[in-house]
Amino acid sequence: MSALIEARGVTKRYGSFTALDDVTLTLSDSEPSMTAVAGESGSGKTTLARMMLGFIDPTEGSVEYRGKNIATMSASEKKAFRREVQPVFQDPFEVFNPFYRIDNVLTTPVKRYRLADTEAKAQALIEDALKRVGLRPQDTLGRFPHELSGGQRQRVMVARAVLLRPRMIVADEPVSMVDASLRATILDELRTLNRELGISVVYITHDLTTAFQICDNIVVLYRGSVAEAGAVEQVIGSPKHPYSQLLVSSIPLPDLSKAWGADEIPVTEANAARANNGCKFAPRCPHVMEQCWQAPPPKYMPDAQRLATCFLYRDAPVSPDADVASVFRPPQAAPVSQGV
Amino acid sequence: MNRFWANLKRNYEQGRISPLLIVGLSILLAIVLFGLIGPFFTDVTHAQVGAVRPRKPPGPDYLLGTDSQGRDMWTLLIYATPNTLKMGLIAGFIGVGFGTALGLIAGQFGGWIDAVIRVISDSLLTVPAIAILVIIAGNIDRMTTFVMALVVASLGWMFTARTVRAQVLTIREKAYVEVARVNGEGAWEILFREVMPNIMPYIVASFVGTVSGSILAVIGLEALGLGALEEMTLGNTIYWSQQSAAVLRGYWWWWAPPIVVIAMIFIGLFLTSVGFDRFANPRLARR
Amino acid sequence: MAVDMTQKPILVVQDLNVHYDTGKGPAKAVNDVSFSLRPGERLGLIGESGSGKTTMATALMRLTRAPGRIVSGSVELDGQDLLKLSDKELREVRLRDIALMPQGAMSSLNPVMRLEEQMIDAIVAHVPNLKRPELDARVQQLLKQVGLAPEVARRYPHELSGGMKQRAAMAIATSLSPKVIVADEPTSALDVVVQRQVMQTLGRLQDGLGAAVVLIGHDMGLIAQFADTVGVMYAGKIVEIGPVRQMIESPKHPYTKLLVESLPGIEVKQALVGIPGLPPPLVNLPAGCSFNPRCPFAFERCRSETPMLQEVVPSQFAACHLYPEHSELPPLPARAGRELH
Repeated sequence: MSALIEARGVTKRYGSFTALDDVTLTLSDSEPSMTAVAGESGSGKTTLARMMLGFIDPTEGSVEYRGKNIATMSASEKKAFRREVQPVFQDPFEVFNPFYRIDNVLTTPVKRYRLADTEAKAQALIEDALKRVGLRPQDTLGRFPHELSGGQRQRVMVARAVLLRPRMIVADEPVSMVDASLRATILDELRTLNRELGISVVYITHDLTTAFQICDNIVVLYRGSVAEAGAVEQVIGSPKHPYSQLLVSSIPLPDLSKAWGADEIPVTEANAARANNGCKFAPRCPHVMEQCWQAPPPKYMPDAQRLATCFLYRDAPVSPDADVASVFRPPQAAPVSQGV
Repeated sequence: MNRFWANLKRNYEQGRISPLLIVGLSILLAIVLFGLIGPFFTDVTHAQVGAVRPRKPPGPDYLLGTDSQGRDMWTLLIYATPNTLKMGLIAGFIGVGFGTALGLIAGQFGGWIDAVIRVISDSLLTVPAIAILVIIAGNIDRMTTFVMALVVASLGWMFTARTVRAQVLTIREKAYVEVARVNGEGAWEILFREVMPNIMPYIVASFVGTVSGSILAVIGLEALGLGALEEMTLGNTIYWSQQSAAVLRGYWWWWAPPIVVIAMIFIGLFLTSVGFDRFANPRLARR
Repeated sequence: MAVDMTQKPILVVQDLNVHYDTGKGPAKAVNDVSFSLRPGERLGLIGESGSGKTTMATALMRLTRAPGRIVSGSVELDGQDLLKLSDKELREVRLRDIALMPQGAMSSLNPVMRLEEQMIDAIVAHVPNLKRPELDARVQQLLKQVGLAPEVARRYPHELSGGMKQRAAMAIATSLSPKVIVADEPTSALDVVVQRQVMQTLGRLQDGLGAAVVLIGHDMGLIAQFADTVGVMYAGKIVEIGPVRQMIESPKHPYTKLLVESLPGIEVKQALVGIPGLPPPLVNLPAGCSFNPRCPFAFERCRSETPMLQEVVPSQFAACHLYPEHSELPPLPARAGRELH
């Protein structure tokens, strides 16, 4: 398996604050996959995303793209990298320069990356990209950002990413600021891009339901460390790490037989003040044991396609590979689109 | 071109082009035309010392009378107005140009360049400009209108630099700048395509302010006698009138006309800057 | 949460109309909306952007700002029509009887004032004669009710996390034990765990006060977990309203059904389907039923006649021409291919 992108022992510190703590994650080149990186705010998921996009460098460790360290790439290597790893950002408004029509974000990459040698070919490429995301070119091109809805703008951004035929799209909360009824459509489009064009997707989110629906595997981060990782069916379907369990039980489902769980343990004075050299989740954990405060738990593998960094599973084998993705399952064919 | 007028009409209806802006620009246009077209209808020699009969009040021969040195006031005004405006504009361009360049560099590159530029501009801002300008102007042997403009511009760039720098810092953090980066734009391209258009309103507003301030400074210096005394300017006219005790002697047609023109220039500039604010910031527009 | 349906309603909204004056005519953000609320009842109003739900929230307390204006209708709180009160009377009623937690309540906290100052400000505006020790005691009591530690009173907003700020906003909103709490998207910027905490706190508070809650949002799951009654808003109108369980298990309005269908769960991987098309611009609503351009069941009458809310099954009302001829929605047609918009 050759690596598409490899984050090795990546740590990021801002002064005394650790955003990411020794995270190793590899995404394979051979099979385009959809991987979720989930966590609450402060978990480090956006930091990881920005590192994969080459916007920030790690304090320790390295991020390599197709074998080359992003931080030390030459200008031409960086340009190729930029083209092949594209983002979709969260806020559909801020990403457009209000001075220009939306065509600008589509024509600029065509020119800068020399995707077409004639005006006609460029136009065809742009229209094709727009149609792929379900937009009508004649209704979209020529408009200013404020003339389109949030959902349409976000789709233009996805179209922009598609235009470049990247190998990987890093989508940072792409639908959290979009209406519920459009979310499904946009996410479905991402999934289609993955299947039809072979683009790997890293889906950063705090919404586990959508992560479950479109991704194959998931990494759950808690304050910069990996709490649990593996196939979505395992991690979300039957979470083992107490933090994942907390996350999953907090999802408000319209199915009323699954009412919200009991209150979580509030962090008491004693717990907050207690010196902690161990598991970061200890102060909030309902199953905390003495050993949890001593040292951080290793990556146990209670199941074949899941790892959990929790001493509750100390009888399970420790993952031999630092790479969290070693427990990932291969991408499956998506369910056939049923008539609803 | 039709699009341009349609846009204009739409902007007017939305309240972005307010009556203030229109009136302000009209006043300025009138003054500029006065100075541009006037020379074609008058003979410049009438405005020279000793050209005509002195101390004549306004009458059919001399629309605005003559001063005690034999200059025709009307002609003098026609030539003095564009000279004063010219100085203001030159000082404006130099001041804003220099300020914008420094602001862009400071904002874009940060680090020690930013620190140096900031320290210089902040300290100069606290300096009493008129005092320094008096000292500088008093020490120049051969003063011309251009040198005058330069002198004034030397202390007129700081506000623009600070404003531009602040805007560059804000815009650099915007998501669309990151998108531009992943779209393949280089650092200079980002500066010109992404940052510059969004700071244009601030530059224009700074320009109007700098021109106003410069004209005021120039007139102030000239009224003290530090101007380019061979040239015909509004400030110099005031100086000469003072030197000849025109107020005491009742030659109101000597000191009043330049003051009226100066007042109109400032009213025009003020209305334009207030009106432009509404244009640049659509949220202020109310209909 | 059991609601005593025999009690008299505490809030009755009747034919409320709120328009925004745009250059192209009025945008009917709230279009003939009526509903009632009993003490202790939790009403969830669900709608997407452009549905008018936030306009509704501000209109309930006459906080509508130009270019919006309340055109007609009544908002009766405990018998008093809030829209007819003088400004002075209204100011007294606000916070004391009906309180609003606005969207982004976290950022409506004054950043340069300590929390306790802001809470005291709110209280003193209504009860001017309280002495400082009494006020402090009240502040502590309020903080305890929302689960915040006593020392939080002396903190500034930027020292609190998102969830804490939201709970602080809740404390301010309930400082005078109002009868009705209007919460406009109280958890939109929070992650699931904090969201649950905040909503559970709101629920506890409300139970303690015996107050009614109008929760406005776009997350069907959240509203399902919290509310007793759900009203679905589309293009300024309530298109369906009824008990939450019934509505989700058996929606009667096509829009509600499509909304429920578009919600992903975590049981089984399914095809993700949204609702094709866009909500109509409020300045230019389609003739007849506003949903007809996107409705899979639309027929001739839908394009000319606006449907009224009617009781389709006991206590569930829907505004749709399919009723009363039908007793429930026909099955949705299969979605062929991907439509373009």
